[in-house]
Formats: sequence, C-alpha cells, structure tokens
Amino acid sequence: MGYNSKVEGNIVLTTLDAAVGWMRKNSLWPMPMGLACCAIELMASASARFDIARFGAEVMRFSPRQSDLMIVAGTVTYKMALATKRIWDQMAEPKWCIAMGACASTGGMYRSYAVLQGIDHLVPVDVYVSGCPPRPEAVLEALMKLQDKIAKSRGVVLGQKQAA
Amino acid sequence: MNEVAADPSADLVSAVKILPEFRGESSWEVPKEKLVELMRALKKEGMTYLVDITAVDNHGEDPRFEMVYELCDLAARRHLRVKTRVSEGDAVPSVSSIWKGADWHEREAWDMVGVKISGHPDLRRILMWDGYPHHPLRKDFPLEGLPTEMPDIAFTAKAPLEGGPFVTSPAPFSHEREPRARPAEEKSL
Repeated sequence: MGYNSKVEGNIVLTTLDAAVGWMRKNSLWPMPMGLACCAIELMASASARFDIARFGAEVMRFSPRQSDLMIVAGTVTYKMALATKRIWDQMAEPKWCIAMGACASTGGMYRSYAVLQGIDHLVPVDVYVSGCPPRPEAVLEALMKLQDKIAKSRGVVLGQKQAA
Repeated sequence: MNEVAADPSADLVSAVKILPEFRGESSWEVPKEKLVELMRALKKEGMTYLVDITAVDNHGEDPRFEMVYELCDLAARRHLRVKTRVSEGDAVPSVSSIWKGADWHEREAWDMVGVKISGHPDLRRILMWDGYPHHPLRKDFPLEGLPTEMPDIAFTAKAPLEGGPFVTSPAPFSHEREPRARPAEEKSL
C-alpha cells in the first residue's frame, strides 16, 4: 500500500485475530450465575463504586443465549449442578467461565455429600478467583486476566476458542 | 408445665411419661400411637405454636429414631418438648392436620433422617431430589457422601475428607457413633 497523506491516521493495520479478540474482550456479556454470598460481591462489582462497566462487562444477561461469560458465583450443590451445566450448554460459542470464590473453584468449606467439589468438574473454567467471598477488586482482576487471554487467542475466524 | 391437660382421657394421661426437667425445660415422652391425641389435647390447652420438629438418630438402639416436637404457648409463655420413639421401618403419625406448619418439618425429617410419616398429605423429599436413595443425616451415612447417579437430574460423588482441612478429631467417647471421616467403603447400604 503506497503512502497516501489523505488517509494518514485513519487506517490501522492488524490481523483479524487481534481485531476480533479486541472486540470480544471489551464487550463481554456476563451470565451472573449467583448461587450464594459471592453473588452479593458480584453485584457490588457491577454497581457504582467498582463499576464493571469500565471493562465493558456491565451487560448482565439473565438469559444464557445472550451471554458469553458465565460467572459462577457461589456454592454449586449437586441439586443445582446439572442446571448450571444446562445453562452453560445453552450459551453460544465463543464462551468463557470464571469460577468466583472458593466454593465454585473447589467446593470451599463444604466438603460434604451435598456440594460439587468445584464447577470445573462440569464446565471448563478460564479463571479461578480465590476468596470467601472475593472482594470486587478480585472479580475485576479476574475479568482483566480473562481479557488478556481473549486478546491473545488465535483462530477466531473459525469461531473456535483456542488457548493462547 | 408438668400439670397434665385439663380433660384428657385417663388412658392418655397414663401413656405420657414425664422426663426429668432440665434447666427449666420440660419434656414429655409419649408412645407414637398416642401422639396425635396428645398433640390435639395440648393445642386445645394453649400450645398453639409448633416451633420445630426434629428427628434424632440413636444409631444402634431400638427404637432407633426419636421425633422431637417443640411446642410453645405464646400467651402463657410456656414451652414444652414432646418426644416419641420410632423403630426403623415403622411410621410416626403426622401432626400436620393439627398444625399446618408441621408439613415441611416432617418432610425434612423424612428426607434427612428417613423417619416415615403416616397420614402426611404430601410426603416428598424437601432438600434432596426425588429418587435420591439415601438419608444423609443418618449416623451410618458417611460424611463424605456416596456416589449416586440419576441421568439428566442429578448426581453426587464422594468428597474425600481424609486429611482435609476441616476434619476435627472426635472426642474419645464419640468415635464409635459419630461418622466423622469414616470412609464410604466401610458402609454397605
């Protein structure tokens, strides 16, 4: 492409992967899978003081068909486990998952007959957040880590999520 | 509260066993055949509020289970505990015809401990799902759970406790009865 002073500053050259990744990472629509007290902190991270909108993820959708990020916030009991899986299955690709807090990551303090020992037994998790419950800053950091991962992912033209 | 209701039959009065009073709390024990009759008389006597129903598993004894009914007389500020014992496989009569609130308490006793309730209007599990095969608060149910599978409805798996951060060492006198970290293999259901 020859130099043309008329379009200087109006053209950015990039790869399709990078462009699509940039668009995706800045408009994640979370599915707030609020199952316990972590959901309260998730609500706090969405409201004015912490403002998850700064990262483009403020559009909480309670319909899995409109979401591309499931935030599992709370204790996953066996009674709820397959319902959570069903919601995950209804989300369109590409999709990501954050396991928020000790319970969603490992079962937490509920080492018992009633609680699934980590949502990663059913759903592939991208980012785990420690804490019981984690503070909103931790949720935002998890979101930023996920954004980095999405920005680095390759092969987006095939519509497939791939590890960076 | 150790005076008996005003107009019950002598038959009922003789069936009630008054347990030793403990820290100002009165407890009565009654055979399960007389339970509904006694409860009806007590409600007429002013015990209008059924606070709670719980079930106790005295594993290794017969009768194995004990149902505990907490009653309260709000006007006179009296409290009474009524207990009745029931063997495994036997059913205890429902009191949900006397207090509507007994409905869910009895469902919980059935779900968690497995005490059968006869004459209950809607005896389904209340916390675990229909088809779950165990009663998890029984003393012989391992804390770590047992694997179950109901395709498309629910499943459970074992959550190993051994060496986990939340295992406490049992008191010397309770290690026989309390399940603690007893592995599931020891238990045959």
